[in-house]
Amino acid sequence: MTESKCVGCTGSYTRDEKWDQLDEVMAKHKALEGALIMILHRAQLIFGYLPEDVQRYVAKSLNIPLADVYGVTTFYSSFSLTPRGKHRIAVCMGTACYVRGAGDLLTAFEKALGVKVGQTTTDGLFTLEASRCIGACGLAPVLTVGEDVYGNIMSAERVPDILRKYRAEKQQSEKVGLC
Amino acid sequence: MERIKLTIDGAPVEVDPGSTVLDAARKAGVHVPTLCFHPELRLEGSCRLCVVEIEGMQSLAASCVYPASSGMRVRTNSEVVRKTRKSIVELLLANHPQDCLVCPRHGTCELQEVSHQLGVRKVRFKNDARALAQDQSSVAVVRDPNKCILCGRCIRICEQVQKVSAIGLAGRGSKAVVTTPFGHGLAEGPCVACGQCIKVCPVAALKEADATEQTWRALSDPTLHTVVQVAPAVRAALGEEFGMRPGALVTEKLVTSLRKLGFNQVFDTQFGADLTIVEEGHELLRRLNESKHLPLITSCSPGWVKYAEHFCPEMLEHLSTCKSPQQMLGALVKTYYAEKIGVMPSNIFHVAIMPCTAKKFEASRPEMGRDGVRDVDAVLTTRELAAMLKEAGIDFANLPDSEFDLPLGMSSGAGGIFGVTGGVTEAVLRSVTELKTGKELEEIEFQGVRGFAGVREAVIALNGMTLKVAIVNSLGQAEKLLKKVKQGEAEYHFIEIMGCPSGCIGGGGQPFSKDPEIKHKRAAALYRQDHMKRVRKSHENPAIRELYRTFIGDPNGEKAHALLHTHYHARPRY
Repeated sequence: MTESKCVGCTGSYTRDEKWDQLDEVMAKHKALEGALIMILHRAQLIFGYLPEDVQRYVAKSLNIPLADVYGVTTFYSSFSLTPRGKHRIAVCMGTACYVRGAGDLLTAFEKALGVKVGQTTTDGLFTLEASRCIGACGLAPVLTVGEDVYGNIMSAERVPDILRKYRAEKQQSEKVGLC
Repeated sequence: MERIKLTIDGAPVEVDPGSTVLDAARKAGVHVPTLCFHPELRLEGSCRLCVVEIEGMQSLAASCVYPASSGMRVRTNSEVVRKTRKSIVELLLANHPQDCLVCPRHGTCELQEVSHQLGVRKVRFKNDARALAQDQSSVAVVRDPNKCILCGRCIRICEQVQKVSAIGLAGRGSKAVVTTPFGHGLAEGPCVACGQCIKVCPVAALKEADATEQTWRALSDPTLHTVVQVAPAVRAALGEEFGMRPGALVTEKLVTSLRKLGFNQVFDTQFGADLTIVEEGHELLRRLNESKHLPLITSCSPGWVKYAEHFCPEMLEHLSTCKSPQQMLGALVKTYYAEKIGVMPSNIFHVAIMPCTAKKFEASRPEMGRDGVRDVDAVLTTRELAAMLKEAGIDFANLPDSEFDLPLGMSSGAGGIFGVTGGVTEAVLRSVTELKTGKELEEIEFQGVRGFAGVREAVIALNGMTLKVAIVNSLGQAEKLLKKVKQGEAEYHFIEIMGCPSGCIGGGGQPFSKDPEIKHKRAAALYRQDHMKRVRKSHENPAIRELYRTFIGDPNGEKAHALLHTHYHARPRY
């Protein structure tokens, strides 16, 4: 469990280790037809985002045009070409969430984090995003932080509490020296 | 298989199995407007302009991708169809810059044409044209993403026909753009500058890098001696720009028009082609003798050369070291000719008129000059020359005839057929067989190497040995053939590769044409020129003989190597 958690944690490996991991992924999947998207997902888990040299390397290893890889990474919103924070906050802007105040929530996050939608905090801890409907309309307004789901967040006042939890986790892990 | 019977606007029509509704409509003589459709490319069906109503179907169908079937009743011009098409054009126009009057594609723009045809007289939506930066990184091809209508024709030709994929679609929805990876620009990637993307672009999202301004400046500079050379394929196409019939051979008017523009000397790239044949012929004979670096692969197509550098660097030693005709003539203009008239090479401005955009890149290679002076200072496409002639008010179609200047304007018929796929091979064969056998050829037309198939093969008896040749046009075909050669599945002594489909006559710098027979017409013009020439073999061109006797010395000799040969280097694909 610890291991799989660390894979998603940017900055926890040295550069070379990340490239070794990518090599393992490539070796395992490159013979598969249509493996590009899966490989890019794994690469993003390893690197935290998809830097240019990673995309170039994937294209070269698969012997496909770089333009094809770039087309895929810019098409799907789940891929990021810029470094992302350790925690990805995604506020659902689907219709149900929006009418129940998701817009205000997003503004509250922007204020609390000091970033605009799509940006990452300078400490690298949070990236703020507005997502399309995540299909949890019964919980509207809903937001996710990484894998954690927060539903029925009817008041923007809860924003600082949510953030506090992840900030505390960071301090905790720094003390113990995990990650 | 049984033929498909359907009706188009009430008229019965029969088509072959596998036909689309668009095919059927065209067969019925009905014009259905299209934008993303291109006869030489895979179907996409993305622009929806070709929608039609099919009885029994709830929504409209894109006829270019919808298979025709028996019993189908199609309406191509009902009210809902006309309204839908208009809306599509209006939406495209709402995202399009409103600068038609100063656009380089004014008059040849397909968006303009469909808008006019469909009677779009107002756009109901607010104009929301983007203001993205142009990609001017390449010396040959410029991209203007603001004009792009996302039809994808450029992407498809680059990927499917040329196997380069320098550009692709990035982003999604309203943010989708045709771009190079990471927006780094064409100069950074594997673009070979062939300009086929320009040829299929319906609007002005792709165009050649301008060389007219530089040329005008040189022409009005009294301190410069201006020299121009014209490639064979230009004379087979330029007339189209002035309302002349496709396939008109306009050589003599072309020479007159260049003098009228103010050029001091008008030379013929075909002289350079003759010289290339003599050098390359000797190179082939030497390699055959030494059994080294075979097959010899031609190097006169700069798009192909750059492709080889990016995509098959392991084959570079097979490329002929001969410079292209443009650059051979360029080297002579700045040495032989400059000495002859006693003018410093830096005071000569040398322009090449080419059917090609990659020639702009070739001329800019650092190895194509000496002492900091370029051999070819500017390369104009056929289209750019036409634009200059129009700007100068020259009534091209009614010009009197005149002849090229000597000696660099004298050429054989062999030098002229360089402009069509198979021509270089035929020219090489005319010279090599005579050089090898010492006997005059009885039949100089090698019909077996002519034609337009992507790959053609021929076997020629050569003084006891059999010479195996292959002829390729387009880079996708080159990739396929070279794979076979590398895997040992095919063996040749000589391979001619032209980067563009049908060779230079179909180059990326040629006039836009919708004539489906255009390649045949332009090729016929060059074969006609060959037929009319007194000298039809490169090595018999008297000016070439004179050049070797008084200046170059031996073919493939020391001076020849210094001036007429070059080298290549691997370039990254990624």
